[in-house]
Amino acid sequence: MVQNSQTLLEVRGLCASVNGIEILKGLDFTVKRGEVHAIMGPNGSGKSTFAKVLAGHSAYQVTAGEVLFEGKNLLALAPEMRARAGLFLAFQYPIEIPGVGNSQFLRLAYNTAQAERGHDELDPLEFDDLVREKMKLLEMSPEFLERSVNEGFSGGEKKRNEILQMALLEPSLAILDETDSGLDIDALRVVSQGVNHLANKDNAIVLVTHYQRLLNYIVPDYVHVMSAGRMIRTGGKELALELEERGYDWIEAEAEAAGTLS
Amino acid sequence: MSSGMAIVTERGVLERLLASLAQAPGSLVPTQPQWLKALRGQALERVGALTLPTTHMEAWRFTNLSALSRQSFHPLHTPTALKSADITHLHIEEATTRLVFVDGVHAPQLSSINARAGLVVGPLSSAVKTHAAVIEQHLGQHAAFQDALFSALNTAFLHDAAMLIVPPGTALATPVHVLFISTQSDVASHPRVLLVAGSGSALTLIEDYVALHQDTYFTNAVAEVVLGANAQVEHVRVQRENDQAFHLASCAVSLGAASRYHSASVALGAQISRLDLSVLQTGDGAECALDGLALIGDQQLADTHTFIDHAKPHGVSRQLHKCIVGGAAHAVFNGKVMVRPGAQKTDSAQSSRNLLLSSKALVDTQPQLEIFADDVKCTHGATVGQLDSEEVFYLQSRGLPEAVARNLLTYAFGAEVINRIPVASLRRQLEQTVLQQTTGQL
Repeated sequence: MVQNSQTLLEVRGLCASVNGIEILKGLDFTVKRGEVHAIMGPNGSGKSTFAKVLAGHSAYQVTAGEVLFEGKNLLALAPEMRARAGLFLAFQYPIEIPGVGNSQFLRLAYNTAQAERGHDELDPLEFDDLVREKMKLLEMSPEFLERSVNEGFSGGEKKRNEILQMALLEPSLAILDETDSGLDIDALRVVSQGVNHLANKDNAIVLVTHYQRLLNYIVPDYVHVMSAGRMIRTGGKELALELEERGYDWIEAEAEAAGTLS
Repeated sequence: MSSGMAIVTERGVLERLLASLAQAPGSLVPTQPQWLKALRGQALERVGALTLPTTHMEAWRFTNLSALSRQSFHPLHTPTALKSADITHLHIEEATTRLVFVDGVHAPQLSSINARAGLVVGPLSSAVKTHAAVIEQHLGQHAAFQDALFSALNTAFLHDAAMLIVPPGTALATPVHVLFISTQSDVASHPRVLLVAGSGSALTLIEDYVALHQDTYFTNAVAEVVLGANAQVEHVRVQRENDQAFHLASCAVSLGAASRYHSASVALGAQISRLDLSVLQTGDGAECALDGLALIGDQQLADTHTFIDHAKPHGVSRQLHKCIVGGAAHAVFNGKVMVRPGAQKTDSAQSSRNLLLSSKALVDTQPQLEIFADDVKCTHGATVGQLDSEEVFYLQSRGLPEAVARNLLTYAFGAEVINRIPVASLRRQLEQTVLQQTTGQL
């Protein structure tokens, strides 16, 4: 299908630094609709930086390269405009916001997305019905609506709340930054089911993860290995199993030999 | 500011006020009992002896009253005839008993007093006829005026005052709203509240200051709150004067054994405002929780001085004071906790949290702890900061514009205190006000 082959995200030669230290060093990455990608790699390879640069975090300066999202220059957009264009980042460490009610926050975010798409906004009662329905998918208690955003949530509850936001905002590209970290096996299953339920032929998912176990639940079409700010290897889902068994050293060594790692 | 004032002496504003004492309502009230006249006489003497506080005085270091000293205030000459309809927007729906003062003068036509078994609510003039003994025992006995000029001034002008006397064992289901409305420019008013909560009684008091005009005026308020043994008082104080007002206030609280006092004070208005809140524990095992929020911008100054005096053992105090400061505004917090010798097993925690919204905004915060007992648990701390950029980014990443994200986070910072107000409709009103103010400041 034509739709399936459409390019959603195209990253070319992306370089980015934080406090003058270069973290991303010429990164290339392409995502098409309907695809699931996993980005793996050792600590400090730049995976989370890449996710934050895409979302528009102001602490990171892009020094070279380009990022096209649905053909448009993503880097020219403020973070909120990227979100409205359909980009979603599930945070590795979701922020706690005491004093802001979770349901108030979710409704505000949802209605902002609705307005952007020219759809009607929902009043609190209508929204309540919708959000409770979505919460069932993630086996979340409605009690989490009454609390402040992420305040006092366990690690797993925070991650569920992130995927709940994804379910409400229906992004075309969702980047899940270590969504599996801190999850026990039951929570991992629930969160993964939620993500799988949301994946379709028109959107795409990028999983940033350290561990292969997430990929047993959310099966990727492509696995990428990131090292020192670049993608050094791309393979199918079997690459993740190989990494689990052999670690990253051999790939880094091969890349170095091939001259792709400076 | 008027330009015709050539030489302004420090005492100028006081002398003009005192010169008018002779014409002030109630100044020549033959019906006032002798003890009350004597009390006012003593206070007047202190006004004569004390000088206007300057920034050379430690307690007023950050609060410069020179703008006040240049003013010329007078007592009310002609009362404003307000109708009920004029103030319906100020009603608090939960409060079935409402005592209203307009420019310092009791307004019976605006008040609504629900006769209840035993509760005495009313202006001093009527309450003193039936409850002279209890009023004499407490009025002017808790808010010391020996060294406090503005309390002395308030006491010297004592005429109309809100009296609330809750008999022992009486629990009131609905809050009492004491509303002080300013309607005229250049008027000085001296609001006064006395609440005596008998042993085992329970009451929620809302002390509320508003204005129906935009000119300068002076509110000089004193409240005294006395809790008998096991009494429980919720005291909500809302200072929403106009932005030209001067609002100087003190509140003295006396806690009987095992009594529980909670105050939530919100300061929003006035060009210069000050609240001196002191809580004295007079019996064992008393508990107090003091929550405060100052939300100011432009050139406003809001000063809160608190003093918690653990004079007896097994006392508990909790304090959270927050300031949100925008524009070129200046917030001051000085919170002293004293643990007297013998006040063993005192448990005290104090926290001052401040949010600066602009580079010209200023906060001076001084938590102070003085401990003279060895078996106590006391903590205190202060933070001053700006909005957390990670929180702003998180909200932006969900599609909220930066300005909306900042407003929401500012609002949330203040909401922690507002959420502790035990009156739902007032909470909603204040949430709305805070949202409007934060939106306006950014």
